[in-house]
This record gives sequence, structure tokens and C-alpha cells, in this order.
Amino acid sequence: MWARIAALVHKELLAVWRDRRSRLVLIVPPIIQLALFAYAATYNVDRVRYAIWDEDRGQLAREFAARFEGSQAFHREATVGSAAAARDLLDRQRVAMVLHIGQTFTADIKAARPAPVQVLLDGRRSNTAQAVLGYVNAIADGFNAELAAASGRTQRATLVQRAWFNPVLESQWFILPGLVATLTLIAAVLVTCLSVARERELGTFDQLLVTPLRPFEILLGKALPALLIGLIEASVILAAAVLWFGVPFRGSLGLLYLALVLFIMAVIGIGLMISAVSQTQQQAMLGAMLALVPAVILSGFATPIANMPDVVQWLTYVNPVRYVLVILRGLFLQDLPPHLVLQQLWPLLPIASVTMAAAALMFRRLR
Amino acid sequence: MTPAEAAAAPTIVVSELTKRFRTGDRSVVALDRLAFAIAGGGITTVVGPDAAGKTTLLRLIAGLLQRDGGSIHVLGRDIAVDATSVQAEIGYMPQRFGLYEDLTVGENLALHADLRQVVGAERRQRFGELLAFTDLAPFTGRLAGQLSGGMKQKLGLACSLLARPRLLLLDEPSVGVDPLSRRQLWRIVERLTDDGMTVLWTTAYLDEAERSRHVLLLHEGRLLDQGPPADFVGRLAGRVLLAQAPPETRRRVQALAMQDAGIIDAAIRGDGVRLLLREGAAPPSAGAIQARSIEPVVSALEDEFVARLAPARRTLPAAPATAAAHPADSEIIAVRDLTRRFGSFVAVDHVNFSVRRGEIFGLLGPNGAGKSTIFRMLCGLLAPSSGAARVAGIDLGRSAAAARARIGYMAQKFSLYGNLTVRQNLAFFARAYGLDRRRRDRRVDWVLDEFDLRAEAESACNDLPLGFKQRLSLGSALMHEPAILFLDEPTSGVDPLTRRAFWLRIAALAEGGVTVLVTSHFMEEAEYCDRLAIIDRGRLAAVATPAALKASVATAALPRPSLEDAFIALIGAGNQAAAA
Repeated sequence: MWARIAALVHKELLAVWRDRRSRLVLIVPPIIQLALFAYAATYNVDRVRYAIWDEDRGQLAREFAARFEGSQAFHREATVGSAAAARDLLDRQRVAMVLHIGQTFTADIKAARPAPVQVLLDGRRSNTAQAVLGYVNAIADGFNAELAAASGRTQRATLVQRAWFNPVLESQWFILPGLVATLTLIAAVLVTCLSVARERELGTFDQLLVTPLRPFEILLGKALPALLIGLIEASVILAAAVLWFGVPFRGSLGLLYLALVLFIMAVIGIGLMISAVSQTQQQAMLGAMLALVPAVILSGFATPIANMPDVVQWLTYVNPVRYVLVILRGLFLQDLPPHLVLQQLWPLLPIASVTMAAAALMFRRLR
Repeated sequence: MTPAEAAAAPTIVVSELTKRFRTGDRSVVALDRLAFAIAGGGITTVVGPDAAGKTTLLRLIAGLLQRDGGSIHVLGRDIAVDATSVQAEIGYMPQRFGLYEDLTVGENLALHADLRQVVGAERRQRFGELLAFTDLAPFTGRLAGQLSGGMKQKLGLACSLLARPRLLLLDEPSVGVDPLSRRQLWRIVERLTDDGMTVLWTTAYLDEAERSRHVLLLHEGRLLDQGPPADFVGRLAGRVLLAQAPPETRRRVQALAMQDAGIIDAAIRGDGVRLLLREGAAPPSAGAIQARSIEPVVSALEDEFVARLAPARRTLPAAPATAAAHPADSEIIAVRDLTRRFGSFVAVDHVNFSVRRGEIFGLLGPNGAGKSTIFRMLCGLLAPSSGAARVAGIDLGRSAAAARARIGYMAQKFSLYGNLTVRQNLAFFARAYGLDRRRRDRRVDWVLDEFDLRAEAESACNDLPLGFKQRLSLGSALMHEPAILFLDEPTSGVDPLTRRAFWLRIAALAEGGVTVLVTSHFMEEAEYCDRLAIIDRGRLAAVATPAALKASVATAALPRPSLEDAFIALIGAGNQAAAA
């Protein structure tokens, strides 16, 4: 039996390697996505264009505005004198924020009254708006502290921020470990579901089914090459993250690969199920897209699971990507202790067993 | 030009036509300085083996390809200059007509009518005519994807006739079509020519060429010969002989005849073996080839074709020794009450038959009759709904994998791994069948030598010509020395020479004790079978030798019916009863 499976695995790897197109599918998209996600998709907000609308023109207002001027995070695009002009700039997305200092700003502070400042934000870009608001708060806090010091009053409680594991909150550090999971997911699912569908389309699947190979052996013969390809893909991205992008890897490699093997088996099961019901490569491709998009969205790759509605959160428990993401981020940035890894690891075992068993059942029904 | 002159003028004039294709950095000459003229009216057939250039010629005439040299005048105009105006008067049906399988028959027609701008009253009238003409009227609401092969071809034909073309180009319309539908298709096209249409029909079937008005014999891009089919008859006077032999010894006679250097070809025909002598060679004595008697017969178009194209050297297949330890005449396939249902549809209905060791057994039937379903069940590709099948003494229901180890399977379509090399494919299937390393090396070598594939051992299969692919498929099915060989329409669309070479091998295998089960709706293939099972709408209509089948339908009006006549009589009667 093992000799027959070895033959199938050998054939499968040979077929993938000798086909220029499938070689390209495995090599080019990961590189493009790696570059896109690492360089283009960043949560860091730099040089936000803003406009100043200063109706006070007093000394304190100028000082307050100068703090924005001097910040790396902001870039003054314009100075406006009316609400209409401010609205126009926001409408046309020339600026993401308008800082409106009222007529009584300096007078209010001197009289020790609260001096409100209006910040107009572009809610269409909600991520940027939130980040900008954070920066504005920080600047306002600093300004208040200095005012308090100057007037000799004692400062109230102050906030000193320190982010563990990712001190400068570099978003590449957050995205790249996630990419190891998502790109491996895509490669493993595509390889499995296309390989069976292609054989079906070309008629070679019948030729396989008339050999003494049992459905279970064919299943393994399809799963093992995909596992191998998935592990290679994961290793390449891992290496790129550490060596090229300089993301620290602090945890145990052994645990990481254990998690990857279980994870890849789980998603291969999904790929094989799709392939069992697809008659053509086109159907398999569509099926893969239907499975991949929710798997990525419901994983916590881009948006935190905790933010999702309860019902949707329940769904994420059956998503293998969810668990491997926690493990990956933990092992990369934190040296997640083994017992915490295992806590995330064990759910992969039942998921992989269920998907592989379901795929095996569907394969048996093929004949 | 007066109308009379226009009718008399040739419809197609081709001179010095050359077409080259570039694949990678090789340039292949697809057509080499072709020259011919086709008069208006009638059916002209373009006959030739695969890759002869038939499709390229048709596409050039239809103005779909640019020529590299020479000229083509269609309906009096240069196709390269007036492509659009000429195309308006041409109907072209490619091998795989662009039917939309998810649209109904009526919607497909409407779509093509829109494309051809056939509208209004003209359109309604034309639809009525064409649907009646092709007998598709009852199926107007059916999805094109659910039509049989023959009906699809008729629908494709109807679509290409929408704009009342003066010239109709049909690219192998009869491939994959059962004899009944093939006859209908031919009759429909003949009726078109009665109204003055000119038809160009490409085919690998020589009986179609014999019925046409003019034949163009194409081979490797060259026009070998042309003329009315009658011109080809009797040309090889004295060189064509019929060796009479009883069915049991036909294959031995054939094998012995092929040993004779003076004989180009020996083909099994109903009552014996048809021999074709080399020019100037003396006929063999009846005793030397163990025939009952030898008599000269009138040569036919096919003999001409074979005589011209047969290779000078020929490799004779050696009968392989099989590991099968079955006594002769033992029952190797036994089918009892085999039934298969798909939902409420009964595809195979209580079928019973048995096949003896070393027998060539044919499953014949029109498209959709259930022969493929039976076939797939016997190969273990499909589970029966009820009933039992024993293959090589093993119950398929119990240990299908063990039974599969004893069979070889060759699919209708080439189905080996196209991007692997010949050797890689063979090695893979040898391993899949569990051959150990030594036996594997030995068998790969055997296939490479026996099937003349050694020169191509390291080429990717996709790059091989069709004939090579077919030999490789057969070779890989024989890798593990199976006791039973399953062939699914093995030579459909293949030219007579390749077909002969193929069946010679099969005959040698059968002599060596391999049992062969073959599905076909191609009558010449059926002639090679020892016994035939005719399948019609899921049931067994008859099981008998080809000779007995023919005898069963002989009438005073048709004293010597062909196998096709027998098939049509047996199936046609049932169909008419069902349609009524």
C-alpha cells in the first residue's frame, strides 16, 4: 500500500513541478501578496494632511497649532477661514482632519476656563480617523501638562504608554506572522482542490480509479504532496519575515511546525472536500474562493475577533486559521509558553480529523 | 455572369495553398501547396488521417485563418479580400460546435439567429423548417447539454444553416455519433445538396467518402489524390483478395498473412480476412495461411488508402504471455441481473451475459443506451444498484481493488498525465499497480520496445502525435499484464491505418489469452469482435457473433446485410416502438 501511495506522491510532485502554470501559481502570488501586505497594507498613519482653522489667533492658539506643525504624524495642507472652506477640503478628501480653534481659546485658558477645540474628521476613512484622534489626544495632553507646569499647578494623573511585544506598534510585526497562515492556507487549498479537479477534467481520474489504488490511498496521495508544498510555502514566508522584514521570532520552532502540520491537514481536508464535489477546475476554483474568503475574514487576520457579533464569533471556533494565527503571533513576538500553545493547538486536531474524514467519505462515494 | 454560368463555376478554387504553424521554435507545414477545384453542388469529402490538415483546410476556406501562400477563391471571390461578404454565404460547423449547453435547443437557435441577423417572419419560418428538417421539433425546450451526441450535431447543423448558406463546411460531423444518427445526418445533408448547396465534409470514415460526389485524399498536408469515389474502385485489380475462414480461425489467418512479406495488410471482415498484396507480389496459397479458400475481390477506396499510406516497415506485435491461469473457455466475466439506476432513471436494466477467456467481446449501442454504464461498472468505476458482476473470478461487490488489479483500462479520451514524460507515466502506472522494481523496469522496457516509443521516452505526452498517444495508452494499460483489457471506443476518429495497427495488436493479445471487452458504435470495430452484445435503452437487445447478427436481419430485399444494417434494424425497430 505504501509503495502505491509513494508512487502517487512522486507523480503529484512531478506533475506540479513540470507544469509551468502550477509552478507559477505557487510562487508568484505569495511573493506579490507578501510585498503587498508587508509594504502597502499598514495601519501606521504618517503625515496625515490636515487644515487649520484658527479663529482665535492668540499666542496660545498659535502655540497649540505649532505642536501639530512640528509633529511627524501631521502635514499641514491648508489654512482656512470659514466653515464652508473647511467643509470643501473634507468633501474633496484634500485633508483628513480640520483643527478648529474657537475665538475664545486664549481668553478661556487665561481665565482658567475649559477651552474646547473642535476636531473635524473624515468618517469615511474610519481607521485613519481613529488613529488621528489618538494623536490629537496625545498632543492635547502634552499641551495641558505644559500649561499646568507653567502655571505651577500640580499635574493630575498622567498616562505613560508601553506596548509589550511590539514596542513601536509596528504593523508589519502584526501582519507578517498572519501572512504565514493565510498564504499557506491559500496554497494548500488550491493545490488540493485543483489537482483532483484537473484529473477529473482530463479523464486521468478514471484511469487512477481503475488501478488497485483504494480511495483512501488516493486521498493520502493527494494530501501528502499538498502538506509538503504547504510546509515549504510556510517556511519561505517565515524566513522572509525574519530575515528580510526583521520580525523577531522568539518562540519554539518545533511547536510552530507541529501547529503548521495540524493546520495544513485541516485545510487540506477542506480542499479535498471541495475537489470531491467539483467536476471542473473552474468549479473547484469557485469553491476554493467560497471557502477561503470567510476563512480569512473570520480568523482575526485583519480585524479582531472580539469585535465581531457573538453569533459570528461562534463561527470562528470551527475556523482552523483562528487558532494558528494566535499561535503564530504568540511564537513570533512573545515566546508563547507551551501550555498556552497547546490550548490553541488541540482544537486543530478535531477540526483536521473531521475535514479529512469527511473528505475520505466523499472520495469513497465518487465511484 | 448569367445564373447558369454562376452555377457551373467552381464553388471553391484552391491553388498552391500553403499554411505553416509555429510551435515553440519549430515550424510545421500543415498544408503543402494544395491545389483543387470543387464544382457547385454535391458533397465533397476530405479524407485523411489525424493531423492530415483537414481542419486547417476548412478553417482557411472559411476565412478563419491566414494562409502563408497560394490562393483560395470561394464563391468566385478571394477569401482573403472579401472575407466578410463571403462568410455571409458560408455555413461552418466546427468539430465541437459552439452550443451553449445551459440554453435550450430553441434558445441556441435564437442566439445564432441573432448573431446571423435572421429576424422577423424569415426567422420564424426558418426555425420551423430547420426543426422539422432535423427532427428536433419535439425537443425545442430541452437543454442542449442534455441532448445525445447525434442530436447535438443536428442542432449544430441547424444553427449553421440558419442564414441559408450556399456553401456548408462540416468538420468531422460524424465523430462520436452512433450509426443511426450518422445515417440521419448524412441523409439530411444529402437533401440540402438537392437544393443546390455545396457541402465540404471532412471525415476519417471511408464509407462516407464512398457515398460522396468527390473525394480529396489528404495526408500530412499534401493532397495525395482526388476524384469521384468510383475512380478509386477497382484500381488495385488483382491485389485485393478475400481469404475465407470460419470465425474461430480468422485471427490466426490474419496473423499468418501478416507474416507474408508480400502482403501489405490483412483485415478481418465478416466472412474472412481481406488481404492487400504489394505491387507485383504473388498471392499466398490458401494452405499457407490456413484459409479455406482465397478469391480476388474488387478493390475499394479503403484499399487505395491503405496501399498508399501503409508504412514500408511494420513491426508485428508479439503475443504476450499473460499470468492468467485460467483454462481455455472458462468464464472470465459473468454478469448477472446487473442493474444501475440514477434516481428514477434506469440506465441498465437486468443485463446478463458472460465472456470467455481470450474472447473479444463488444458492447454496442447508440449514445445513451447504457453501454458506458455497464462498462464503468465492470471496471469498478461505478457501483451497481443491484445484481452481480464477477471479473476474473472476483466479485466486484466484495473486493473491487483486487479485481481492478487484474484489468487494464483504456479510456476513449487520452487520459495519461500530459505534462509527464512517456517514461514517467509508465513508471507511475507500474507502481500504482504494485509492480516491484525489477518487474517495473522490465515492463517499461517492454512497452517502449513493443509500442515503438523508445525514441519518445523522455518527451512530455502532450507533445506526442495522436497515434503515439494511443499506443502509449494501450501500453500503459498492459503494464501489469492484465487478464482482461477494457477498451472504451478505442479507435473513434482514428484513421484506417492506425485502427488496423491497433486491432492487430488487440488480436495478438486475444490469441495470447487476454480477454478484451470493447464498447463501440463504430461498425468496423465491431467486425473485429468474436461476439457482440447490442444494448438498447438499458436492456440487452441481442448477444451473438457478428455473422449471426447479420443473418438474423437478412431479408429478401437485403440478402447480405452489413453489420450497420443489422444494428439499425435491431435498434431502429425498438426506437420506433418507443417513439410511437
